[in-house]
Amino acid sequence: MARVLLFGPLRDLAGWRERVLEPAPRSLAELRERLAHEDAALGEALAAPGVQVALNQAIVRGEAALSPGCEVAFLPPMSGG
Amino acid sequence: MIELTDQPFDPGARLSDFCAGRTETGAVASFTGLARAEAGGTTRLELEAYPGFTERQIGEIARAAQARFDLQDLLIVHRVGEIAPGEAIVFVACAAPHRRAAFEACDYLMDYLKSRAPFWKKEHGPEGARWIEPRAQDHADIARWS
Repeated sequence: MARVLLFGPLRDLAGWRERVLEPAPRSLAELRERLAHEDAALGEALAAPGVQVALNQAIVRGEAALSPGCEVAFLPPMSGG
Repeated sequence: MIELTDQPFDPGARLSDFCAGRTETGAVASFTGLARAEAGGTTRLELEAYPGFTERQIGEIARAAQARFDLQDLLIVHRVGEIAPGEAIVFVACAAPHRRAAFEACDYLMDYLKSRAPFWKKEHGPEGARWIEPRAQDHADIARWS
């Protein structure tokens, strides 16, 4: 399984904050495809410039391999404190 | 020390606690940020954090401040969740041997917290809710320190 977390406006757009994908996707690209297949608008929003991805709480840029048990968070532009 | 809390807190009490028992600190400067009502336009703020990640990123900001200024200690308290106008959103206190470092470190920490801390802020008002994006001024403020 892989945990997927959405923050800020992405959470409102998708209508969920957290979900579990079973089985875990093998890559970030596969995870994006699976989410976009269910919700095209969300897929597009996740690919928008300015949306950062954190894998196990560390920012990753570009493609990444995923392991079972991983946590992937999509971080839209932050508004600061 | 860094603390995120979903409960209202008393900045005065935090400042008193922070000052207590310091015999070698010549200066404590603090800053309190309050939620604004925007003349009735905002009835509440909603501040979302990424637990764990947000604390670590704020920790990086705090470490940078400690490396840059001659500080003995610092405290950052930040609200998350639902915040009413007039409540404290953020409290920062810096202890130093002398005042300049304490003043400047507070200013530095606030500029970085306002622009770099991983929070997502939603304003709720009579005309609905909207997510807030960083202001150009926040980015200009941070450029002062480069």
